[in-house]
Amino acid sequence: MAMLKTTGLTKMFGDFKALDGVDLEVEAGEVFGFIGPNGSGKSTTLRVLLGILQATEGKAEIFGLDAWKDAVEIHKRVAYVPGDVNLWPNLTGGEVIDLFIKLRGGKPDGKREELIRRFDLDPRKKCRAYSKGNRQKVALVAALCMDADLYILDEPTSGLDPLMERVFQDYIMEVKAKGKSVLLSSHILSEVEKICDKVAIIQQGKIIETGTLKELRHLTGTIVQVETKVPIAGLRELKGVSGVTDEDGAVSFQADTEELDAIMRHISAFGITRMDSSPPTLEELFIRHYEKVDHPGGGG
Amino acid sequence: MDKGLVQGTSALMRFIVQRDRLRLPLWLLSFIAMTCIIAFAFTGLYQNDAERQAMAETMRNPAMTAMVGPGYGLDNYTIGAMLSHEMLLMTAVVVGLMNILLLSRHTRADEEDGRLEMIRSLPVGRLSNLLSVLLVLFGVNVLLSVLTALSLMALNIRSIDAEGSFVYGFALGSAGMAFAAIAAVFAQLSQSSRGTVGLSITALLLAYIIRAIGDLSDGTLSLFSPLGWILRTEAYVTNYWWPIFLTAGAALALALLALYLNSARDLGSGFLPVRAGRAHASKGLENPFGLAFRLQRTGLIAWAAGLLLIGASYGSVLGDMESFFEDIDLMQQLIVQQSGFSITEQFIPVLMSVMAILGTIPVLMAVLKVKGEETNGRLEHILSKAVSKNRLLGSYVLLAVLASFVILGLAGLGLGGVGISVIEEDLQLAMFMKAALAYLPAAWVMVGVAVLLLGWAPRFTGLMWLYIAFSFIAIYFGELFQFPDWVQKLTPYGYVAQVPVEAVDWGILSALAAAAAVLLIIGFMGFNKRDISQS
Ligand SMILES: Nc1ncnc2c1ncn2[C@@H]1O[C@H](COP(=O)(O)OP(=O)(O)OP(=O)(O)O)[C@@H](O)[C@H]1O
Ligand SMILES: [Mg+2]
Repeated sequence: MAMLKTTGLTKMFGDFKALDGVDLEVEAGEVFGFIGPNGSGKSTTLRVLLGILQATEGKAEIFGLDAWKDAVEIHKRVAYVPGDVNLWPNLTGGEVIDLFIKLRGGKPDGKREELIRRFDLDPRKKCRAYSKGNRQKVALVAALCMDADLYILDEPTSGLDPLMERVFQDYIMEVKAKGKSVLLSSHILSEVEKICDKVAIIQQGKIIETGTLKELRHLTGTIVQVETKVPIAGLRELKGVSGVTDEDGAVSFQADTEELDAIMRHISAFGITRMDSSPPTLEELFIRHYEKVDHPGGGG
Repeated sequence: MDKGLVQGTSALMRFIVQRDRLRLPLWLLSFIAMTCIIAFAFTGLYQNDAERQAMAETMRNPAMTAMVGPGYGLDNYTIGAMLSHEMLLMTAVVVGLMNILLLSRHTRADEEDGRLEMIRSLPVGRLSNLLSVLLVLFGVNVLLSVLTALSLMALNIRSIDAEGSFVYGFALGSAGMAFAAIAAVFAQLSQSSRGTVGLSITALLLAYIIRAIGDLSDGTLSLFSPLGWILRTEAYVTNYWWPIFLTAGAALALALLALYLNSARDLGSGFLPVRAGRAHASKGLENPFGLAFRLQRTGLIAWAAGLLLIGASYGSVLGDMESFFEDIDLMQQLIVQQSGFSITEQFIPVLMSVMAILGTIPVLMAVLKVKGEETNGRLEHILSKAVSKNRLLGSYVLLAVLASFVILGLAGLGLGGVGISVIEEDLQLAMFMKAALAYLPAAWVMVGVAVLLLGWAPRFTGLMWLYIAFSFIAIYFGELFQFPDWVQKLTPYGYVAQVPVEAVDWGILSALAAAAAVLLIIGFMGFNKRDISQS
C-alpha cells in the first residue's frame, strides 16, 4: 500500500501556480528523494501533504487518509522537520523536544537521550543561543525520537556538518530497515544518491522525472571518457551521443544505453588507449534537466 | 465543531503559560499594584467629604470628560467613585494594550517565524493554536478581574464595596477580552505581527477617540466603542452589569469570527492584499537611513495621523470648556484672578503633556527598532557592508529626532487648528505650536536614554516602556493627585515649561537638549564597543 500519494496536486497562490499537477507515490519502507531548483515547489508540496496548506486541486493522501481533512489523525504517525527551523528564543532545546513529544501524544522511548548524545546537542541551552545547525538538530531529534511511520523532512541536513550528516544518514537507514517511509527534499545530491531508493525531480511546480536512480540513469545513459590514438571522427553526429567535450584528446560524452553497442564499435576503430565509464551522477542528471528550461527558478 | 480542529488545545494552553510564566504574572501584578496604590493614595490625599467634593468640582468639565470619561457619582464623590471615574478608562486602555501584545506574540509572530508550522505538523488541530491563545488570554482577563476585585476589597476602604469592586474588575477584564479578540481578528487579516499590532492599536486609539467625541456630545457615539461601554458600568456608583456582558459577548463573537477566518486561510497568508513590490530599490532606500525609514514608514505615518487626530479632538474640547465655564461666572473669575490666565489657557499644557508623552512612543519605537533588527540577525547584513556602527545607529537616531518634530508638531497643529476655530478667546496658533514644541528636548532625552541602553545594556531596552509609563503617571496623575514635586522631576517632561501659563524657559530647554546629547554620545560609545549579537 502507498504510504503517501498525491494525484494532480495543484496549488495556487493568488494567480501564481506554485504546484501544477504533482503526482507522487511513496511506498512503505521507501526513502524518497525530492529534488528541484529553488522555488520549484518542494516545500509547498510538503506543506500541502501536512495539511498546513490547502490544495487548490487534486488529492493528497497519507496512509490512505486525506491530508487536509484528517490532518490530526495523520500527524500522530508522521514526523516533520521544516526547512527553516525557528524555535522559541526563551525555551531550551530540551523543553522544545519534550513539547513536541507530548503534543504528538507519544512518550519518549529512551531514544531521546541517545539521539541527543549522537547529535552532540546540549539540551539545556536556550534556543536563542543555538547556531543554525543546532536548531536543526533540535528539530531532527524531536522528529527522530518519535516512532513515526512516515518522516517528512525538508532539507534536513542543510545546516549540519559532514559528521552529523553521517549520523543523520545512519538513522534514516535504521528507520528504513524498520519498514518506515521517508520523504526528503534536498539540495545535497550526493546524499540523496546515497540514501534514497527513489527520486522525483520537480521544476516550476511540475514533476519532470521520477523513478529509481537506476531508472533515471537508464534514461540518460552512461558517461564515457576515452582517449584514442587518432582523434575520433564523426562522434558528434553519432546517434545516442550527447554532451561531447574534448580536452587535448581526452573526450568525454554521454551515451544512450540503447546505442551503447554501436557507439563503442565506432570508437574502437580509432585505437582506444584509455577508457572510463561511469553512471551519471545525480548532479549531472539534475543539471541536464535544469538547463533544458531557459527560465529556471519559477519566479521564486 | 469537528473535534479534529481543536485537538491538542489544552496541551498548547499549558505551553503558552509555560512560555509566559514570568510575563503574565508581571503584567497582572503591575495592574493590581497600580490600582491598589492609587486607591490607597486617594484616601490619604482626600481625607474628608469636603476635599473630595472640591475634587469633584474640578472634574466637572469637558476636558476631563474627554480624557477620563463622563462624570458619574460626582455629587457624592466617594473614594470608590473617584477611583472608577478617574482610573477605569486609562487602566482599561493599558489592559487592552497588554492583550494586543500578548495575542500577537502567540499568533502572528509565531506564524511569521515559522514556529507554528512545526506545531501544525504535530497532531494538533487547525484551530488549536488560536483557540488556545484566546482561551489563555480570556482566562488571564478573568483572573485579572477577580484578583483586582479581591485586592481592592482587601484595602478595606468603606466606599470600595464588594459589588463595586467586582464590577470594576470585570469592566477591566471584559475590555481586555474585547481587545484580545479584536487583535485575533487582525492577526488573521494582516500577514505580519507588526501589522497585527499596528492595526489593533489603531483600533484601540479609535475606540478611545470615538468614546471621547461621544461622551462630549449626547453619548450615542460612545456606544460604538468598547471603552465607551465599560465606562457605563459606573462602578461603585450604580454598578451596572450589562456593559460587562455586552463587552464580553462582543469579545466572544469576535473570537468566533477570528477562528472562522483562521480556518479559512492558509498558514502564512492573510486576507489583506499583498502587493507585488518593485524590482529595484528606489533612490531613498539605498542608505541606512532610507532603510530605517522604509522599515517604519507605515507605523510612523499612522502614529502621526493618530496624534493629529487626538490633538484635533482635544482641540474641539476647548470650545466646550469655554462655554461651560461661561455659565459659572464666579468660578471663572476666581481661577482667572488667581493666575491671570483663562481656563482654556490653563488646560492647554495639561493636554499637551499627555500628547507629548504619547507622541514619544513612536519616537522611541523608531530608535529601538535597532534592537529588534539586531535580535533577528538583520543588523549583521548592514554592518557587514561598508557601514559604520555610528552611521547605522545615527540613522535611527536621526529618524527618531525627525519623527519627534513631525509628530509633536502635528499634535500641536491639531490642538491649535481646531481649538482656535471653536473658541472665542483670541489665541494664536503660534502659541499652540510653542506649547507643543517645548516638549521636543524632553523627547530627545528619552531618545538619549534609549540609546544609552542600546549601547550599554541592550537586554534592558524594554525598560524604556516602563520609563514612559512612569513619566505618564508622574505627569498626568501627578497633576491630578498632587504628587510631590520631585516625582515629576524624575522624568524629563517634568522640566518643561507649561506654555502658555509659564514662559518658555530657553535655559532649561537647552539644558535638556545638552543632556540628550551627552546621553547619546555615551550610548554611541557603548554601541561601538560592544558585540552585535542575536540574543
Ligand atoms: N505563501 C506563499 N505565497 C505566495 N507564493 C508562495 C508562497 N509560498 C511559496 N510561494 C511560491 O511558490 C513557489 C514554490 O516555493 P517553495 O517554497 O515550495 O520552493 P522550494 O522548492 O521549497 O524552494 P527551495 O529549494 O528554495 O526551498 C515559489 O515560487 C514561491 O515564491
Ligand atoms: Mg524549500
